[in-house]
Amino acid sequence: MTAAVLAPAHRFQRHGLWLSQTMAMSRRSITALIRQPALVVPSLVFPLFFAALGSSSFGRAVNLANFPKVDTFLDFSLAGTIIQGVLFGSVTGGAALATDIEQGFFDRLLATPTSRVSILLGRLAGAALFGAFQAFIFVSVLLPFGVSIRAGVAGFVVIVLCGALTAVAIGGFTAAMALKTGSAEAVQGSFPLLFIALFFSSAFFPRQTMSGAYKVVADINPVSHLVEGVRGLVIDGLTVRHVAAALLVPAAIGVVSISLALRTLYSRLAAR
Amino acid sequence: MTSAIATSGTGPAAGVNRAQRGALLRSARVLALRGLRSIRRLPSAFFPALAMPVFQTIAFSGTYFAITRIPGFPTDRSVNWYLPLACTMGSGFSGVGLGFSTVRDIENGFFDRLRMAPSPRLSLIVGPLFTAWIRVLIVITTALLVGLLWGARLTDGPLGLLTLYVAGLGVATVAAGWGLGLAYRFGDMRAAALMQLTFFNAIFLTNAQAPLNVMTGWLHSVARINPFTNVLRLARQGFLGNVTWHDTWGGLVAIVGLSALTIIFAYRGLEKLSN
Repeated sequence: MTAAVLAPAHRFQRHGLWLSQTMAMSRRSITALIRQPALVVPSLVFPLFFAALGSSSFGRAVNLANFPKVDTFLDFSLAGTIIQGVLFGSVTGGAALATDIEQGFFDRLLATPTSRVSILLGRLAGAALFGAFQAFIFVSVLLPFGVSIRAGVAGFVVIVLCGALTAVAIGGFTAAMALKTGSAEAVQGSFPLLFIALFFSSAFFPRQTMSGAYKVVADINPVSHLVEGVRGLVIDGLTVRHVAAALLVPAAIGVVSISLALRTLYSRLAAR
Repeated sequence: MTSAIATSGTGPAAGVNRAQRGALLRSARVLALRGLRSIRRLPSAFFPALAMPVFQTIAFSGTYFAITRIPGFPTDRSVNWYLPLACTMGSGFSGVGLGFSTVRDIENGFFDRLRMAPSPRLSLIVGPLFTAWIRVLIVITTALLVGLLWGARLTDGPLGLLTLYVAGLGVATVAAGWGLGLAYRFGDMRAAALMQLTFFNAIFLTNAQAPLNVMTGWLHSVARINPFTNVLRLARQGFLGNVTWHDTWGGLVAIVGLSALTIIFAYRGLEKLSN
């Protein structure tokens, strides 16, 4: 009888503890980013630089046949800018986890009664916050330069959420790599892979204007669908299809990447 | 009188000059060979410079396949536009990469031993420069083969290849001077990010992605005065039409001027480091 009464309270307490540990880990990862702006600034500046270059170089491309109807090239490129920034930012989170492993902090965490999963989820929650922040910054910076979001404020909120989900999705992969290799250099080495995934997609130019094998690759590349969800909100407006694409595609990638990261975490723990 | 004798190639001064030149070339050759051996010993350091232009050729020409349909675009093959850009970028990063290896040498103390060796100081710049040039030949040839397989076509025969290689070697010289100069001044890996970022920006703030007549807005104004625009024009002309002196001289002047500036920058940096 006593056990039956106490069990839910105990479970509640345990979940509360787990949540507070995850929050603490998340706070730590965000604090690390704030304290080392040199790690963060490139993932904010470079996508904006590319957006500025693109709008000047390809401004006349918006009149091409099959190009989506947009007022300016910047409207078209906003989605690519956001996903590019979030992808690059996610490498930083994975590299930070690897640095924890390299410097022995991860082992010290394991020596404490901290939930193992919260070590990983805390890091991903931090990545989500940073991803949302990046999306917010990119839209805010580009708005004065003529970008308009057809989906309005609601669309803006969905875009920021998409930034958070994408950061978790890609952060899951980089965390898995960090846990597998324990090397920040190896995680940084994944940067070219992300760059390839980004370029072989419709992040910078519409799929409708591509041809041949390249178009086939862009068609099956999940990054294309991720970008096009956000782009739809910017250039078409708030539709169920665009909202679903902007949120469900990164969520689906996130399920795969977090599962992979958890599996790698348990393998690492088992190997100790 | 002495200089007259020296330049005429007779007398003891000329002998000394010849001996110094011989020592410089011998030392530079040894350092160049060391740099080339590092490709085999540390392939991860050279691989990005080799892979990047190949990737860039395929990715840019595929992504921006349709921009050739913009009125006024000088070719109907996107790969013809982006292959020379990729080769130029790859050449630049081959040059900048020597700055990285110099930083490594400074950090692990090997550079101090090189400085103490009884060899001309200039060989510490000329040696890596030779390495950069040989790396550039590998990088451009590889990217060119991939580009040709991907559909690139020369529009003025082998002369177009010559201008491409000249532009590549020139950009590598500029980049090597810049990379070495920063490496000597910083002496640690902080220089690496600066080398890459400045070079990357210098190349992209040109007609790298689209021709000047197609551009709009601020980039047009910047690209028009950026000397690397002339270098890219030199590199591209054999893929866009006929090779002409009009499209050649500006690139050559830019290469000579920038090379002189960056090599002086490197030499001054080396002197500061030594003092």
